[in-house]
Amino acid sequence: MPDIKTADKLNKKYLRGDMWPTIFCNGCGHGVVLDYTFWAIEELGLDMDKTVFVSGIGCSSRLPGYINADGLHTTHGRAIAFATGIKAANPDLNIIVFTGDGDCSGIGGNHLIHAARRNIDMTVIMINNFTYGMTGGQLSPTAPLGSIATTAPYGNIEHPFDICELVKALGANYVARWTVSHPYRPMKSVKAGLEKKGFSLIEFFSPCPTAYGRRNKLGDIKKHWKWYDDNTILIEEYNKIMKYGSDEEKEKTKNKMQIGVFQDIEKPGFFEQYEKLLKGLQDKRGKGGKK
Amino acid sequence: MMYKRDPELIREVLGKKVQFILGDIACVYGGLLAGCSFFGGYPITPASEVAEGMARRLPRVKGTYIQMEDEIGSIAAVIGAAWGGAKSMTATSGPGFSLMMENYGYAVMTETPCVIVNIQRTGPSTGQPTLGAQGDMMQARWGTHGDFEAIALAPSTVQECMDFTVEAFNLAEKYRNPVCVMADGEMGDLRERVVIPDEKDLKIINRVPATIDKDKFIPFTNSQTRNSKVPDFPTFGTGYHTYVTGLTHNEKGFPATDKQPDHEKLVKRITTKITDDIDKLTNVEKLYLDDAKTVFVTYGASARPAESAMEMARAKGKKIGMLRLKLVWPFPFKEIQKLASKVDKIIVPEMNLGQIVHPVREYVEGQCKVVSAPKIGGEMHLPHELYKYLEGK
Repeated sequence: MPDIKTADKLNKKYLRGDMWPTIFCNGCGHGVVLDYTFWAIEELGLDMDKTVFVSGIGCSSRLPGYINADGLHTTHGRAIAFATGIKAANPDLNIIVFTGDGDCSGIGGNHLIHAARRNIDMTVIMINNFTYGMTGGQLSPTAPLGSIATTAPYGNIEHPFDICELVKALGANYVARWTVSHPYRPMKSVKAGLEKKGFSLIEFFSPCPTAYGRRNKLGDIKKHWKWYDDNTILIEEYNKIMKYGSDEEKEKTKNKMQIGVFQDIEKPGFFEQYEKLLKGLQDKRGKGGKK
Repeated sequence: MMYKRDPELIREVLGKKVQFILGDIACVYGGLLAGCSFFGGYPITPASEVAEGMARRLPRVKGTYIQMEDEIGSIAAVIGAAWGGAKSMTATSGPGFSLMMENYGYAVMTETPCVIVNIQRTGPSTGQPTLGAQGDMMQARWGTHGDFEAIALAPSTVQECMDFTVEAFNLAEKYRNPVCVMADGEMGDLRERVVIPDEKDLKIINRVPATIDKDKFIPFTNSQTRNSKVPDFPTFGTGYHTYVTGLTHNEKGFPATDKQPDHEKLVKRITTKITDDIDKLTNVEKLYLDDAKTVFVTYGASARPAESAMEMARAKGKKIGMLRLKLVWPFPFKEIQKLASKVDKIIVPEMNLGQIVHPVREYVEGQCKVVSAPKIGGEMHLPHELYKYLEGK
């Protein structure tokens, strides 16, 4: 009998037993994202002694605590900057950052921008639930127009931040977005991100029934998942419709949120470049050149 | 590849044993001598030369220099690097130091060894860039929220900029706490002779790595291998699977945020691990204290004009002395108490409107007169200005 991997087996292998139960609410999507990450880690056979999980503040940033590995739960928005230092000290480590929409694109936007630009070798998993869930449902930079939040009680009038578009423009090696309602392709994406040198970002739309759903008529989790299915479209399909579709189809599609793989390129990562720089200096030294 | 300190390579990069260099560069030398292998920084006057000096030299000793996107990112990367196994530092000045305050507290709470060099300039706010001050002394002590103990050194010469940076690393490694080198703009931008210590004369302390059985290791409690409140360090990637959080945590490192005893136990350990050692930590220079009746209590750049004023007065037969605080935090209160019982008057010259004069008054407890001698605006005291205080003016 082949060894059949089940979520249960993976949980036993990768979860930290002492931390049970989790802080997550019923219907929260964070566990799904963690599960997808475990599948990707399992497929790659990553050494958990050499993998560090880094996070900032917020519900998604609590994920590293549940993983049986080194974890650095840092300050709000700064996870990526902390992670940069860890990788610099020991480039042999695999770095995975769990962050949320507020943590990553609100308070931590600057660190995200520059780590992506530098192509720092790490995988950022940004869980986007359109809200500041831990603090009770305040307005997030990624919240769709019209969303109700405790700090946008009359509806959001700010244009939402498309983080994938931003990170793609900065030249990150791998950029993808999925919703937790898709089972297989997101796992493949996390795996692809982990395999990449340089900067990779995978964004997940993930429901927060408590802080976002309740206020936006999506409190019922089935309804929330259906909302994702109705309001997202694969990038390939979107492009096809925009190119060949009828006006009616285009009208129906244009405001949907695109999902899929937006960028998959091979630029040298920061630490590969840095190694080259060090080697150049040592070669020069060996030749007795200017020290 | 992990960094390995290579004394020969470091000395090759530093060059001649005796040099005439900037205080900022002396901080770079101190960092490299101590084995610093990561520097994350952001340009700010008058500390930029530290970053520039590191950018030039750190890659040559096989360390990593990254110019981060801001000071918040700099100190974050420095703390991350420490957990990755590096000795790490950053350098900044007032506005950058303000930005670092949240993560300064994170380093305290997570017991992360790291060094922050602050080449102080005048404030508040942007103040007078390039002009020195000592206005951040209290910020180093109280600037981050919550209860904590600071460790801070204040160099009065360029030589001390180098020596105290080495010492800052030693204290950071020993106590697993962030350590500040509170230089002032005067020291950062001053050029003086320095002598680089030989390897055999150099005292280097490294954090004690976790070595015991992984199942038995407890990351946030008294050391399990020594008689110390400082736990052994489970470097990331060594298989200890440590969870590190800025939240109040139990001994295992897991969040324990709703019970009073958990918080008290943790914060008392991470503060008393430093205050218990106050006698070992105290580092002062005493000049003419045997017979002095009026004494300057000084630190940093302002010790220099104070010393001149003291010599002027001594030449005229006045019984003046000086106590210079090399380590300002934790405050050497026993030295102040001893002094207060012996002298009539303590004068505290500072390049601020009076900061260290407050703990001095606190510990003098009315036993003698305490006079603040402030000067702000980016200029040092002149010796004759301080001399006037000796005449009681």
